[in-house]
Amino acid sequence: MSLIKVQDISKNYNLGDVQVCALCGVSLSMDKGDFVAVMGQSGSGKSTFMNILGCLDKPTSGRYSLEGVDVSELSRDELAVIRNKKIGFVFHGFNLLSRTSALENVELPMLYNGLPAKDRKELAMAALKTVGLSGRENHHPNQLSGGQQQRVAIARALVNQAPLILADEPTGNLDTKTSREIMDLFVKLNEESDITVIIVTHEPDIAVFSKRTIRFLDGRVVSDGHTVKP
Amino acid sequence: MINIPSTLKISVRALRVNKMRSALTMLGIIIGVAAVITMLAVGTGARQKIGEQIASMGSNQLIVLPGASTSGGARMGAGSQMTLSMGDAEAILKECPAVSYVAPVLGGVAQVIYGNQNWSTSVTGTTPGMLVVRDWQISEGRSFTDDDVRGATKVCLLGQTVVENLFGSIDPIGQIVRIKKVPFTVIGVLDRKGQSPNGQDQDDTIYIPVTTAQKKIFGTTFPGMVRIIMVKAKGAEELSQAQKQITELIRQRHRIGQKQDDDFTVRNLTQMMQASEQSARVMALLLGSIAGVSLLVGGIGIMNIMLVSVTERTREIGIRMAVGAKTWDIRLQFLIEALILSLIGGGVGILIGVSGSQVLSNLAGWPTIVSMSSIFLAFSFSGVVGIFFGFYPAMKASLLDPIEALRYE
Repeated sequence: MSLIKVQDISKNYNLGDVQVCALCGVSLSMDKGDFVAVMGQSGSGKSTFMNILGCLDKPTSGRYSLEGVDVSELSRDELAVIRNKKIGFVFHGFNLLSRTSALENVELPMLYNGLPAKDRKELAMAALKTVGLSGRENHHPNQLSGGQQQRVAIARALVNQAPLILADEPTGNLDTKTSREIMDLFVKLNEESDITVIIVTHEPDIAVFSKRTIRFLDGRVVSDGHTVKP
Repeated sequence: MINIPSTLKISVRALRVNKMRSALTMLGIIIGVAAVITMLAVGTGARQKIGEQIASMGSNQLIVLPGASTSGGARMGAGSQMTLSMGDAEAILKECPAVSYVAPVLGGVAQVIYGNQNWSTSVTGTTPGMLVVRDWQISEGRSFTDDDVRGATKVCLLGQTVVENLFGSIDPIGQIVRIKKVPFTVIGVLDRKGQSPNGQDQDDTIYIPVTTAQKKIFGTTFPGMVRIIMVKAKGAEELSQAQKQITELIRQRHRIGQKQDDDFTVRNLTQMMQASEQSARVMALLLGSIAGVSLLVGGIGIMNIMLVSVTERTREIGIRMAVGAKTWDIRLQFLIEALILSLIGGGVGILIGVSGSQVLSNLAGWPTIVSMSSIFLAFSFSGVVGIFFGFYPAMKASLLDPIEALRYE
């Protein structure tokens, strides 16, 4: 059974009298353990697609099932539970809580699933260790470099053992060297922990780390296949 | 499932980040609660004082006053005609079942002399029943008896003010004072009673047997005449009944026909006092509600700051939603923040209110009473204000679109 299965999903926006379709009938599926790069120009619909995959948005029409559960009809709070348990987000702007330690940032998703404080700390420390930030748990985001901040964000995405990580241009704010390190981390997580990783990027250098590349143009998938390794 | 301890921790941290702002927001509530507590304390104090005055006057009291006389077509005021007698007083006690004690009064102002001291005071001729009617105790010596009244003996009871002015530190019991040149033996001293509701010194008085007053001091136009009759009803519920019974009885005794006006009036003092207590209560309520308005304004301050806070933290809310915060997780976080602001404000306000009322009663001399119920009221009201004014901002935060919130700069 595939992890993600989308069937003919569309997302339309009303701009005055004109209806714009940001996503026009996309169907595809992804298996567990996939590492997918989603590429396309801005306005191609890739962000809308990612928002729907991340259960932050609902499609106007079509079906989306995640691990066999049809999520396109779920309520706001039910989607929140899905996001908490099944999906880890990594954003290009890191989106960490400022004035909050790395450890507490990583604990954040567990605040919303009722884990006791002791377990929260243990799991968060383990996640920080996985991303190579042991010893930095009490640093605040403004005391960490961009790469380190992104590692904290990845630890936060990992901590609930979600089977899926969605990364929205995770290297957008990082230099080339740090970008490579972050991508290596994603590859490691994908290979060692069998986590499905989907990253949105417009840099071919970043896309090469993936196994599969999907290209969007004007709300449609224009190509989908194995990533061409240089 | 909502994790209360960690939500609490999140809220506390958010408030501590903006210490100055949180403190100023609380100030509104602090002032409101302190004002409510102080105003209620002043109001309760005033009511208590009036209650004490009612008690000092004697409870369940009625006064029978003589009626107006008419001379040459001009009607004189109430009490200008002496129409009441000892017989009326005895009949009231005997024939009105709602009455428990009666004290006829004949008095006036007279010069009192002791040694080389003299003092002008009100001399009241009455019966031993007077002390019961007015709930008045003897502090030294004894009261006069019915025998003293029957025999018109020359004995007297002195009020504290009279004792101070005539005797100073000398023990007055057994001494002879002269009232209008008639020698009287002091047999007792009355307890201190303080001011009457209209500011008279109730302790500036001398009590003598009513018969002695009639025969030796003031003289009467007809034998057994008294000026007023003080009556104590059996209880508060019997007051109006007693009033009715007395009116009927005296009309009969004075042979007043169906169409004639009464030549006397029965006045209910307790009712008058209760009316002034009522007005004190309205006053307290008024003060309290004005203070309540300032609490309301404090609440609006909380709402204002919470709305700013929600806008400022839009991205934070977006992050929390992305990692799985449900509607109520977010809502509760902001509600708790508002509640913490208002409850801490309420607590500090109570402290300031309580000490403020203390200062007020020390400096201005107003009696203030801080009741537990007013503290409880102010505290729970501030909690309600917190929830009420925190709800809209919390609602707004919890209904943000996560995508928009994450994009917010």
